[in-house]
Amino acid sequence: MLKQTEGSRAVAEAIALCRPQVICAYPITPQTHIVEALGEMVKEGGIAGCEFINVESEFAALSVAIGASAAGARSYTATSSQGLLFMAEAVYNAAGLGLPIVMTIGNRAIGAPINIWNDHSDSMSMRDAGWIQLYAETNQEALDLHIQAFRLAEELSCPVMVCMDGFILTHAYDRVDVPLQRDVDAYLPPFEPRQMLDPAEPVSIGAMVGPEAFTEVRYLSHHKQLRALRLIPDLAEAFRARFGRDSGGLIRSYRTEDAETIVVALGSVNGTVQEVVDEMRADGSRIGSVSICSFRPFPLAALRETLQAARRVVVLEKCLAVGLGGIVSDGVRKSLSGIVLNGYTVIAGLGGRAITRQSLRRLFEDAQRDELDQVTFLDLNADLVSHALDRESATRRTGPTAEALLRRLGTVASRIG
Amino acid sequence: MDQPVKFYQTGTFTVGNRLLGEGQRSVQADMERTNSLNSGHRACQGCGEALGARYAIDAAMRATGNRLIAVNATGCLEVFSTPYPETSWQIPWLHSLFGNAAAVASGVAAAQRALGRKDVRVIAQGGDGGTTDIGFGCLSGMFERNDDVLYICYDNEAYMNTGVQRSSATPPAARTATTPAVGALPGNVFGTGKNLPRIAMAHRIPYVATASVASLRDLERKVTDAMAIEGSRYIHIHVPCPLGWGSAPENTIKVARLAVESGLFPLFEARHGEVTSRTPIRRRVPVTEYLELQKRFAHLFGKSPDVERIAHIQAIADRNIAEFGLLS
Repeated sequence: MLKQTEGSRAVAEAIALCRPQVICAYPITPQTHIVEALGEMVKEGGIAGCEFINVESEFAALSVAIGASAAGARSYTATSSQGLLFMAEAVYNAAGLGLPIVMTIGNRAIGAPINIWNDHSDSMSMRDAGWIQLYAETNQEALDLHIQAFRLAEELSCPVMVCMDGFILTHAYDRVDVPLQRDVDAYLPPFEPRQMLDPAEPVSIGAMVGPEAFTEVRYLSHHKQLRALRLIPDLAEAFRARFGRDSGGLIRSYRTEDAETIVVALGSVNGTVQEVVDEMRADGSRIGSVSICSFRPFPLAALRETLQAARRVVVLEKCLAVGLGGIVSDGVRKSLSGIVLNGYTVIAGLGGRAITRQSLRRLFEDAQRDELDQVTFLDLNADLVSHALDRESATRRTGPTAEALLRRLGTVASRIG
Repeated sequence: MDQPVKFYQTGTFTVGNRLLGEGQRSVQADMERTNSLNSGHRACQGCGEALGARYAIDAAMRATGNRLIAVNATGCLEVFSTPYPETSWQIPWLHSLFGNAAAVASGVAAAQRALGRKDVRVIAQGGDGGTTDIGFGCLSGMFERNDDVLYICYDNEAYMNTGVQRSSATPPAARTATTPAVGALPGNVFGTGKNLPRIAMAHRIPYVATASVASLRDLERKVTDAMAIEGSRYIHIHVPCPLGWGSAPENTIKVARLAVESGLFPLFEARHGEVTSRTPIRRRVPVTEYLELQKRFAHLFGKSPDVERIAHIQAIADRNIAEFGLLS
C-alpha cells in the first residue's frame, strides 16, 4: 500500500509485518521514533504476541534481545550513536553467540563534541563486531531491508544491522510502498532457531572457549559472512520476485558503463551523487557511481568487477579513521588489489554537514583532473582550522577546542544546512 | 538403616533429615534431586558458591517441575562450571556478559511469555561483583520493571575470579588485592559499600531474602518460596571463599555460620519492601570469632590487635542485631 510517511514510521511498520516477538526500547535521537511507533502498535494489539520492554539503557536493550533470541524469540531493537557504543560489549556478544537479532541504526555522529546529526561513525565503529551491516539509500529501501534482514539473520544465525541515515531518512516524509502481511509471511518464514534455551533439551550456551577452538569459532563467523555474500543477492532477487522492486543486494551501480571516474558511497548521499553524475554526464563527463549496500560482508569481488575498468575511484565517506583517513576506502582499495588506478578518499558530511550538489560537482571535477589529495575533507573551513592551529602554537592554555571554534564562528544554527 | 540417628548435626541446631517426614526433607536429601550443577566442575575445595548454587538451583528445579532456565553472569560460577565440553549444567543455561545477567534473564522471561510457555521460569545468577557493581544498572532495571526473574547473588565479598579484588560488597578492613593490608589503615576502608538486599527492597519487589550456606535448609526453603511468586525476586546468599578469605576449606560452613551468629550477616525475608521474617541468633558470638578464622582480617590481630577497628566491626554487627531484632 502506498503511503506518505516518516522514515521511522515506515521502518516500524516493516518490523511489525515481520511479526517480532520481543522488542526492547531505549530512546536515543534520531532512532527514537521507530521504537515509539512500535510501542504504540504493540499496546494497541497490532503486533500479536509481541512483548515490548522499556529498558534502562542500550546495554540492557541489546542484552534483553540476546536473552530473548537465545530463548527462541524473534527479537528486535534500534539505536544510534552513543547508544551503539554503550552496548558495544553486547554487540560483539550477540554475534559471538550467533543470535539472529535485527537492529536498526539511525546513523549519527559520535561525541565529543556531542552532536545529534548524521554521519556513519557509529555503525562503522562496530564494523568488525561480526554483524552483517546493510545501508539503506532511501526510506523505501530501509523498509525493505528490514524484511530481508530477518530472513538473512535467521538463515545464517547471525545478527544484522540495518543502517539508515539519521534525520535524512529517519525523519524524512516520503512515499513508501508498505507490503501486504501475506506477502511478508510468504517471504519470511517463522523463526526456527538453531539453538534454543529449552528445558526439554538443556544446552549450555556461552561457555568458555580456550585457544584450542577459539580460532575455529571466529573462522566460522567469517565463513558465515562469506556465505552472506551469496545469500544477500539471492534474497534481494527473491524480494524483487515477490514485491516487484529492487532493494538490497551487495552493491548498486549507477551509469558506470564506460565511466573513467567512479564515486563510491554508502547510504542516502547516493541520491545526491547520482544527480551530480547526471549533470556531469549531460556535460559529457564519463562518470558513474556505486552504492555499497552490504558493508559487512564487504563485497570485494562485486566492487572489483565494477571498478576495475575505471581510471579513478573517489570514495565518499561519512566517517573518519582518525590518523589514517578513510574506512570504506580501505576495503575499496583491497578490492582493487593489483589494479593501478588513482584512488581518492573524501571525508564528507561529518556530524550532519550538508553534502551539496555544488560541492560534489567541484569535488568530482577536481578528481577528473587528478587534482585531489589522497584524503580530502569536503568543505573544510580552512580559515577556522588555521586560526585554531595558530592559537595552539601561540598559547598553552587554549581551553576547550570545540568551544573555541564555535566562538570564532559566531552563530552557527544557520550553517548546519 | 544401620546408621545411628543423630538428633543434631555437630555444632548446629539443624534437625537431621531422617527425623523428618518425607515431605519436610531437604531437596538434596531426595534421590530425585536433579543435580543441576553436576559434580566434576572446577570449583576450589570448600567453595561456598558451588555449594550455594547447587542447593539453590536444585530447589528451584523441584519447585518448577524442572521447567527452569538459568542465566549466568561472568565470574567464578560461570568459569568453573563450563570449560567446554565439560559443562556441569544439567539445565538450559546461558552466559552472555559480566554486567548484563539480569537484562538477559528479562529477555529470556519475555520470550517465554511471547512463546506461550508460561510454566517455564527464569533464574539469573552472579557473584557480588556482577551484582552489586557492574551488573547493578541492569539489575535495578529488572527490579523496577518487576520482570518475572529470580536473581540470586552469591556474595563472597570480592572479585574472586580475577584474583580477589575489592567490590562494593567487600567488608571494612578486609584485605584484598586492591585493598592491601599495608599502611596506617590496612585493608578495605570503613564507611563504604552497598547493601544490595536493602536496595532491592527499596524497589518494593515481591520478594527479597538473605540466605547462607550455613543454613542450607533455610536456603532451599527461601528459593522454593521465591519460585512460587510471580515478578522480580532477589536472594542474596553469603558464600565464603576459602581462597579469597584465607579460611580453611573445611571451615566454609563454620565461617558462614559465625557471620550469621555474630550479626554481621543477618538472615531475613522481605515482601514488597517490608521485612516479614528474620532468623533469630540462637548463640551470639563476638565478631572476633568470625574474623580470626580468616587471613584477610589477620592484620587486625597479632601482637597488638587493632582494638579500635575490631570494635567498629562489632558495632556494625550490633547495629544489624538491633535493626532486625535478631536476639528476640
